[in-house]
Amino acid sequence: MSRWIAFWNILRKDIKTYYLKPPNISWGLIFPFAWMLMFYIRSKTSFDIRDLLPGVVSMSILFGTTSMLAVTITFERRSRSFERLLLAPISTNLLMLAKTGGAILFGMLNAFVPIVVAFFMADLSGILWPAVIGSVLLIAATSTFLGLFISVAVHEVFEAQTFSNFFRFPMLFLCGLFIPIGSLPVFLRPLSYILPLTYGADILKTAINQEGTLPLWMSFPVLLFFAVSLFLYSLRNIKRKWVL
Amino acid sequence: MSLELLRADNLVKQFDRVNAVDGVSFSVQRGEVFGLLGPNGAGKTTTINLLTGLARISSGSVFLEGQEYSSRPKVAQAVMGVVPDESNLYEDLDGFDNLSFCAALYGMERCRREQRAKELLELFGLTQAGRRPFKSFSKGMKRKLTIAAGIIHTPKILFLDEPTTGIDVMSARQIRTLIQELNRSGTTIFLTTHYIEEAERLCHRIAFIVSGKIIRIGSLEKLMQEQQQDTVLQMTVAETRPELLLFLRQRFPLYSIQHTDERSLRVSSNSAIALLPLLSLLADAGVSVTEARLIKPSLEEVFVRVTGIESELMRQEREGKKK
Repeated sequence: MSRWIAFWNILRKDIKTYYLKPPNISWGLIFPFAWMLMFYIRSKTSFDIRDLLPGVVSMSILFGTTSMLAVTITFERRSRSFERLLLAPISTNLLMLAKTGGAILFGMLNAFVPIVVAFFMADLSGILWPAVIGSVLLIAATSTFLGLFISVAVHEVFEAQTFSNFFRFPMLFLCGLFIPIGSLPVFLRPLSYILPLTYGADILKTAINQEGTLPLWMSFPVLLFFAVSLFLYSLRNIKRKWVL
Repeated sequence: MSLELLRADNLVKQFDRVNAVDGVSFSVQRGEVFGLLGPNGAGKTTTINLLTGLARISSGSVFLEGQEYSSRPKVAQAVMGVVPDESNLYEDLDGFDNLSFCAALYGMERCRREQRAKELLELFGLTQAGRRPFKSFSKGMKRKLTIAAGIIHTPKILFLDEPTTGIDVMSARQIRTLIQELNRSGTTIFLTTHYIEEAERLCHRIAFIVSGKIIRIGSLEKLMQEQQQDTVLQMTVAETRPELLLFLRQRFPLYSIQHTDERSLRVSSNSAIALLPLLSLLADAGVSVTEARLIKPSLEEVFVRVTGIESELMRQEREGKKK
């Protein structure tokens, strides 16, 4: 019971002090709107908001979680408040689950902003909602754990942001959202398949527009594998690097 | 119930083949204030990190109430309070929420932690500031709140790393009084400090640590006793010249002669000091002595003698740390 009190309070504190700050809320709202507007302006023919949803949802999560977690953890390590958490009588696994929980929730909230907007602008019937929710959760978890992986590798807040971009932008262009994987140069295609976002975006494409190229039974386990592997690898590094 | 609360046996911490802590052994008794006194880089903070589970022990053992805990530090952390050398609470949370959050980390229920946070804010004289963000606190207030956070879960032992470094004299004084009160109320305290006077005032037992090694350990009385046979003469002079000290040392090689400040000379010897030849020599050198008195040796002298580190060096280091 006492461990869960600690877990819940770490999660609540992070949401209150980092994620529910006006700049982050406005980022969460403006970012999806900006992307939708950009696609709308670019589109010369008729425009279906449903076509945009997989891309905008994926990007909202990716950008909302990865650097946020990397920055908040690096910031807490720099200010040494993270030591306070390491000194608390809770396991490192539970502690890191609490720390990442806030970012995962924040990413999921970001994901539903464009969905709510689309709800008022288009007919959303026929969408496989369980698959959408499942993929949103897994993309958020994977992106957050990628942020955790980054935070273990850096010392300064600016490094966390730079390093996040190093992963995010290639992932964005290689995951099949802008350019179908089949149209990529042959030597780049294997890279696409080692990126978690490829599978998340493909699930969303299948669930929203039935346009995915990979079967759901394959994409979900692969995405789950990425999430678990990144978390366990980061935990191993935390125990090795942060408790010297 | 055993008197011994904490014990370190031959603790070693190696960083890149250098022993930051090198075979340190000591025990802390229930209800005492145990001090680790040493200069910068002596291994004080690393020792605290090893004892609290923030750093991994290279070799050696640590015991809490007779139980070895280096392989499962989380069990021990539940009954330890740690106050680092820098205030490390959350800048955006207010004083009350910071304390309440720290209590939650130890699994305290909401009503209990809120009650305890209120009590501690009152005890530390921070009730008025309790609803202000931590970032708006002065350094002294920050340090007080950090100590309050360290004892929020009523730990059996409180680790204080340089509790008064970098804060104003008034706040430092208040914090020392608070530490004494905490100890009187039953909290065992493990304290590291640069300040010889602080160790002298607060600690029941003191360990001198230099280059990762404990070179002397004992109660204040015991440490002082070792120097009791020494005679120390403190002289106030009208003026001093740089060559004077050298000259005196040449003429009186059996005495240890030092400047304590610009107008003071301290002469120590393990036998009686012949005052007349000393005064005559100074008079011949044109230095008038306005006062001369025999004094009891201080902990500072014990420290200087045992460690070979000049107290002036410690002072410079802590001034540097303040800046």
